[in-house]
Amino acid sequence: MLKRKIQELMTEPGCAVNQSKSASERKKGCGKSLVPGAAAGGCAFDGAKIALQPITDVVHLVHGPIACEGNSWDGRNSWSSGSDLYRRGFTTDMTNLDIVAGGEKKLYRAIRQAIARHDPPAVFVYQTCVGALIGDDVDAVCKAATERLGVPVIPVNAPGFVGSKNLGNRLAGEALLDHVIGTVEPDDVGPCDINILGEYNVAGELDQFRPLLTRLGIRLRTSITGDARYAEVAAAHTARANMVLCSQALVTLARKMKQKWGIPYFEGSFYGISDTSEALRNIARMLVERGADAALTERTETLIAEEEARAWARLAPFKTRLAGRKVLLYTGGVKSWSVIQALQEVGMEVVGSSVRKATAADREKALHRLGDDEDKLADAITPRDMYAMFKDGKADMMLSGGRSQFVALKARTPWIDINQERHHGYAAYDGMVELVRQIDQSINNPVWAQVRAPAPWDQE
Amino acid sequence: MALVVDHNKPLSSSPLKVSAPLGAALAFMGMKGCLPMFHGSQGCTAFALVMMVRHFREAIPLQTTAMNEISTILGGMDQVEQGLLNIAKRAKPEIIGLISTALTETRGEDMSGDVRAIRARNKELGDIAVVDVSAPDFSGSLETGWGKAVTAIISALAAPAAGQAKLHRVNLLPGCHLTPGDVEALKDIVAEFGMEAVALPDLSDSLDGHVPDSYTPTTLGGVSVAQVREMGRSKLTIAIGEHMRIAARTLEEKTGVPFVVLDRVTGLEAVDRLMVCLSTVAGTPVPARQRRARSQLVDAMLDGHFYFGGRAVAVAGEPALVWTYARLVADLGATVAAAVTTQTRASLAEMPTERVIIGDFEDLEDQILEAGGCDLIIANSNARQIAARHGIALFRTGFPVFDRLGAAHLVSAGYGGTRNLINQLGNILMERPTHTHTEHSHGHATAAAG
Repeated sequence: MLKRKIQELMTEPGCAVNQSKSASERKKGCGKSLVPGAAAGGCAFDGAKIALQPITDVVHLVHGPIACEGNSWDGRNSWSSGSDLYRRGFTTDMTNLDIVAGGEKKLYRAIRQAIARHDPPAVFVYQTCVGALIGDDVDAVCKAATERLGVPVIPVNAPGFVGSKNLGNRLAGEALLDHVIGTVEPDDVGPCDINILGEYNVAGELDQFRPLLTRLGIRLRTSITGDARYAEVAAAHTARANMVLCSQALVTLARKMKQKWGIPYFEGSFYGISDTSEALRNIARMLVERGADAALTERTETLIAEEEARAWARLAPFKTRLAGRKVLLYTGGVKSWSVIQALQEVGMEVVGSSVRKATAADREKALHRLGDDEDKLADAITPRDMYAMFKDGKADMMLSGGRSQFVALKARTPWIDINQERHHGYAAYDGMVELVRQIDQSINNPVWAQVRAPAPWDQE
Repeated sequence: MALVVDHNKPLSSSPLKVSAPLGAALAFMGMKGCLPMFHGSQGCTAFALVMMVRHFREAIPLQTTAMNEISTILGGMDQVEQGLLNIAKRAKPEIIGLISTALTETRGEDMSGDVRAIRARNKELGDIAVVDVSAPDFSGSLETGWGKAVTAIISALAAPAAGQAKLHRVNLLPGCHLTPGDVEALKDIVAEFGMEAVALPDLSDSLDGHVPDSYTPTTLGGVSVAQVREMGRSKLTIAIGEHMRIAARTLEEKTGVPFVVLDRVTGLEAVDRLMVCLSTVAGTPVPARQRRARSQLVDAMLDGHFYFGGRAVAVAGEPALVWTYARLVADLGATVAAAVTTQTRASLAEMPTERVIIGDFEDLEDQILEAGGCDLIIANSNARQIAARHGIALFRTGFPVFDRLGAAHLVSAGYGGTRNLINQLGNILMERPTHTHTEHSHGHATAAAG
């Protein structure tokens, strides 16, 4: 069952990477074999958790030994405008005894206890390696619990060892499709309802673009899953269009929602100014195609013109402070190209962008924006080479995820987090201005002069 | 006397525990030129790594055998072999710590046997020490894994003095509740007695937050394999924290070096015991500087006790940490209103409180509410939600501390460490009126202010 699901996800026809492969390559699937002793990144369980944990009002219960939840809970920076139940960690904390005797009964009792204490609209139960290995049937326990306890209990079958974080994202999408979406019929369906898939409200980014949608009269039915409530996700099938962010993660979900409920989707991004505009245009176009008032198109163009002018005007003062500074982008996916334009607009030179997690289309766009200079596109850069780039002055600063932050900092080089642990929202027009402001504050901080100066006794 | 209670709940809510393999990895961080590797799926490593990065604000070298479904079923020896060879090639470490996880332990792998076979057929591993540790996630917590790793390192590397003369040296086996700053302070104290100290592990040399001159793929410092091999030439081993007893005994069995276990190195009486111990082994009187430091601590206790007397404090963490902090605040007149820890130990019965719960942060919250609130929570950063919900001050200590700077340099060891800690805790209590506004403690505060 799980095997078939994984095979299917691995050969996703809606995935741009897959489309660019030959038939035989595609058949092999997209599971990169991980190299022992040289691997980095999370497991499938991690990925499933990233994709679902932002649902704020439910209990997220991990069926496994303490490492899976004890070492990670409340560690992500997804914000909520309502319940904070999702910030608590719940686990069956499997011990020797559970492994010998089986953990199903304990899991059932844990579900019952969580419902009794927190009265959630649903419980998500995450399978882990150990639960899977000893043969605990999480699907069956969830089914029994749903029937007996009267609360939806959703199995998320993505034990860590089945693959990477990305696969886990997709398996989370499957869980929503199989058990959640379509189970609630809302009484307020409107012609301008949309969902955004693959948005996790990191550092409150939703509120950098939700107000724009509101101004256009577009209602976000739900984000999947940033700042989401269970009932909203369950009603996601009533939206008129889907926008997919972070394309590799939830494109399968979007495709299946199209199949099942006829909801058209497009892949877009709210990172970058013209990309935000493009996304808004696409949303408006799809809604109009599906019967929304045609005036939406014009309203959207008006808003875009206003917001772009305002954003560029707000970026202008940074030009004198940032012109000529060399920045290394080490991220992946859409961010490999979407922020390049804004950085170039304020006069910064993007000396490199990593495209290791990007699709072929992402890569093309990045290349185009870098003036077709192939040398500036990097796959993985080893920490040692990265350190040397900073020491040799080839880059003045880096934008990346937390994993590489100390390579920059130990080379006494400014660094900004633009991945999931970031503390500032960088989405849409306001977000891009915020990113540039953060870059300015970082690169022009007086601290660099002092920390780089040698001690008096080391000076020549 | 305290009653130790374990509810054995099926549901752990807001876990206090972190996993034993993480504790083992943390111990290897105090070995020089080290790159540990979890034998498990890559998520095991990713979670532990991120947690340590957030706590120390340092790069953490930690690899994975990246087990998948097939290798889990067929056995992971190939993964271990590939992993060791890849690390040897890419990072050229002095030592690799190979740590099992729940995944490989559930299947039941013979990691030690596998490592022997792998070493026999791969000459390129020749110079690299490979220490394997069995520390499944489903058994114990941070202290467990830390203690097991130190014991495994000793078993693998330490050797008797074999005719060589004893050195004027002591071995320190610090528990995982001690920070790099604590280890540094203890080494300084030993040096004041004119002796050398070898700490295993030595986080003060690796995760103390310094800026190296070049890129290093392994740990940035720590105790070297050679130093551990020489631990048999020390005069005494001082283990700190009950969870270091097995490691200390193992070292004695292997090398004949006698040991003492100190339950803590925080608080006047506890540090006095450390001083007597060092003075005896060094054969010198307690140095003037430490006598002065003792006097400063006594004065801090005199100045500080007003703010502790009658106040209610909740403590949560690993057993050694809870013991250390609960004793300290109780010694200054505070009430330990709630105490929650991760696993049972005989010594917990001596805690200055009515009950010690083996549990999670939900238990801590329930205990605090049952006690009618409290004035201060002493716990790791994961207590922040409780503190915010009830408007109680939180002093962050233990592991992980990810929302404050300087976790590595919070010093509680020695007279000086205790003095500073009393001042920090006292300042928090001074700033906040007592939660119950009893006349008694209010009177104290007024008198002191006047």
